Amino acid sequence: MVIGGGIAGISASIDLGNAGYEVVLVEKLPSIGGRMLQLSETFPTLDCAQCTLTPKTVETGQHPRIRLLTYSEVDEVAGQAGDFLVKIRRKASYVDWEKCTGCGLCQQKCPSKNPSEFDRGMGMGKAIYTLSPQAVPNKPVINPSACRFFREKKCRVCEKVCPVGAIDYEQKDSFIQERVGAILTAVGFDLMPQERFGEYGYGEVPDVIDGLAFERLNSASGPTTGEIKRPSDGKIPKEVVFIQCTGSRDPERYMPYCSRVCCMYTAKHARLYKHKVHDGQAYIFYMDIRSAGKGYEEFIQQGMEEEGIVYLRGRVSRLFRDDGKIIVWGVDTLTGRKIEISADLVVLATAMISHRETKDLAKKLGIVSDDYGFLTEAQRKLRPVETNVEGIYIAGCAQGPKDIADAVAHANAAASKVQGLFAKHKND
Amino acid sequence: MDYLYFPGCTLYTKAKNLDQTARKCSSLLGFELKELPNWTCCGATFPLATDNLMALLAPSRILANAREQGTTLTTLCAICFNVIKRTNRLIQEDGEKRDKINNFIEKSYQGDLRVLHYLEILKQDIGFSGLKGKVKKSLAGLKAAPYYGCMLLRPFKEMGFDDKERPTLFEEFLEALGANPVEFPYKIECCGSFQSVGAPDIATECSYKILTSAMKNGAEVVVSTCPMCTFNMDHKQAEIKEKYLGFKEIPVLYFTQLLGIAMGLDYRTLGFEQNFVDPMPLLDEKGLL
Amino acid sequence: MKIELKRQMVHNEFAKKVELISGQNLFACYQCGNCTAGCPVAFAMEVGPHQIIRYTLLGLEEEALKANTFWLCASCLQCTSRCPKGIDIARVMDALRMVVLRKKDRQDRIQISEFSEEFLERVPQIAFISGFRKFLS
Repeated sequence: MVIGGGIAGISASIDLGNAGYEVVLVEKLPSIGGRMLQLSETFPTLDCAQCTLTPKTVETGQHPRIRLLTYSEVDEVAGQAGDFLVKIRRKASYVDWEKCTGCGLCQQKCPSKNPSEFDRGMGMGKAIYTLSPQAVPNKPVINPSACRFFREKKCRVCEKVCPVGAIDYEQKDSFIQERVGAILTAVGFDLMPQERFGEYGYGEVPDVIDGLAFERLNSASGPTTGEIKRPSDGKIPKEVVFIQCTGSRDPERYMPYCSRVCCMYTAKHARLYKHKVHDGQAYIFYMDIRSAGKGYEEFIQQGMEEEGIVYLRGRVSRLFRDDGKIIVWGVDTLTGRKIEISADLVVLATAMISHRETKDLAKKLGIVSDDYGFLTEAQRKLRPVETNVEGIYIAGCAQGPKDIADAVAHANAAASKVQGLFAKHKND
Repeated sequence: MDYLYFPGCTLYTKAKNLDQTARKCSSLLGFELKELPNWTCCGATFPLATDNLMALLAPSRILANAREQGTTLTTLCAICFNVIKRTNRLIQEDGEKRDKINNFIEKSYQGDLRVLHYLEILKQDIGFSGLKGKVKKSLAGLKAAPYYGCMLLRPFKEMGFDDKERPTLFEEFLEALGANPVEFPYKIECCGSFQSVGAPDIATECSYKILTSAMKNGAEVVVSTCPMCTFNMDHKQAEIKEKYLGFKEIPVLYFTQLLGIAMGLDYRTLGFEQNFVDPMPLLDEKGLL
Repeated sequence: MKIELKRQMVHNEFAKKVELISGQNLFACYQCGNCTAGCPVAFAMEVGPHQIIRYTLLGLEEEALKANTFWLCASCLQCTSRCPKGIDIARVMDALRMVVLRKKDRQDRIQISEFSEEFLERVPQIAFISGFRKFLS
């Protein structure tokens, strides 16, 4: 069983499926793809994230040996390596996926609008939704807290327009049991919410957004069809401040660790911004630049040389709204001066954290998680994908912050460990 | 309920208006401020040098004396509040220093006095809705900018007064009185404090920034809890006007002066003569006299 | 402007004294500059608080003590409240003041004799008391 349908979970599932094993892939969201679905382009190549991801999600969806259980969560785990019994909750989607043809009419006609979680609040979404037009599986779910029928007993438009009568408001959560030989946990990461940062406005300053929100702004399939616009008034920002290490490397107030990917994605954001807004200026407040991967350092340098990004070495003490602009109080320790910027848009590279539920999942699995909720590897240096429980493996950002290439390598390693386990017990 | 009260030196002289109005208002609100007998100056700064025990003696004496008289001590001046509360915390936590201090001042204070700011009494013991109920003359939507300054809020771990980045206690107080609190970014930034003695131009500049920020956000009056801040922001408007021609004056009131108006006290008893920028024209215009 | 660094400079008496008086570990500072960024009076300082810490750590006593940085500090504690490493920078600034004021030659930073009558009358005693504590030896 693979828990988590992000790039790590998908990579591992395909490896295992191709090796001849049956895979059950459990994903809590309605479709697979994870965080990569939210990205516009990936570093250092600036390849389109969807173009890289979609072949993989489609392959996973069509793979003869991979069974997708999306919109599902692990409820209980019992047993041991070779013989785990997992109870899975299949959440009520209020749509009969057997009947649904993925025509999308319900989404078109749904009158409800609410801030989209997927779009990190940058845009509105419908109460009945798929995460993207290329969702695998391409079946919608209804969010009862946003749906007019569930809240006020009105509407029912989706039911009316569905050509195959797939809407079922009476649907309930259901449970199934799966018996598997090994479990691979690849549940991914979350970002520290902006609401934590008092000195940055507690998430209430409209044009202060986080990294994932910027990805959505920059995405052609996003709420602004890829135009970099200020959320408050839709204007094109000309002075954009990026703040790295927001909540990372901050043992006194937030997380002590480095989130590893922010230096790279911030440079990417600044470069993509400049590609679209030629007369705009990007400033990046940083403490250090961590660009250790192949082509990464060159990518950073190119950003400075070609896009004219100004890197200011120092933190930002505070920012606040003033007359429609955001006043940023930072410092450039290289010149020793205080820096004040009147910004149009501020992008916070907030710390990578574990999902709130990861700790609970770890408990259910009987594996160790650390103080920050990340899953603990069996040995820090030499056993990066195993856990303290035989037969349970970890992959991707669930184990700690890493970029896509490392997550895939991690996932491939975990998949190979599963195969090793199965090969050893082939005759049992 | 009665509270032991530490006025502090400045409230007896330059900030009499803060002291007097507070006392009058407490009676109206149902509690008495029982002035601590034989009190002495608190020292005005909490010693940041860890080996400076001498500077801790004055506030420790205040705490020890207060504890002999009761269990709760209140003060109005934000600086006194900061010094006394931080000293209290130190005595609670550092046994070695506690013994040395007690030995010297010949007391046996253990750190079990509760130290409250007057605004905390209003919030915790009376409640702002209770306060609202006692308002005789609502402040008619007066646009008041609550200036917290530094000493009420920092260090947060020791003061615990309110959220140090976005405090709201003062705004709740102003709303209860019927005023319109003005949100402005400089409400938690320093006024320059004692630099009015060491580097006066610095204090002038800090105050200027605070006042212009308040005015830019629509404030008609700035409300203070500290005689040091009031000196820098009210009295130093003379220096500000010299440096920044065209600077428009804005009255700075103590929170208890506003409280006094709301409680229906005669304006002549509110000590406006001690305010540098005359608040009367504004209050008259608002019908608050 | 070149520094010829030796280990004795790093573990020097001056830095140790500052650490002792302030109770802070100067090695914890990773020079992020957050203190300087949020300091309300740093606009008038020759060098920011983070730089003074750097000078102290590297043993540049003369340069550290020559700067006006810690004299302008108003002990507002904004730096301390935002330091990601939990360093109490306000204490470090005060420690630097103490290092100077406790020197044998007892040089006061301010001269009371230079205050006018009018100044003494006008300024509230709270300012004088705290001022004297910070500026007189």
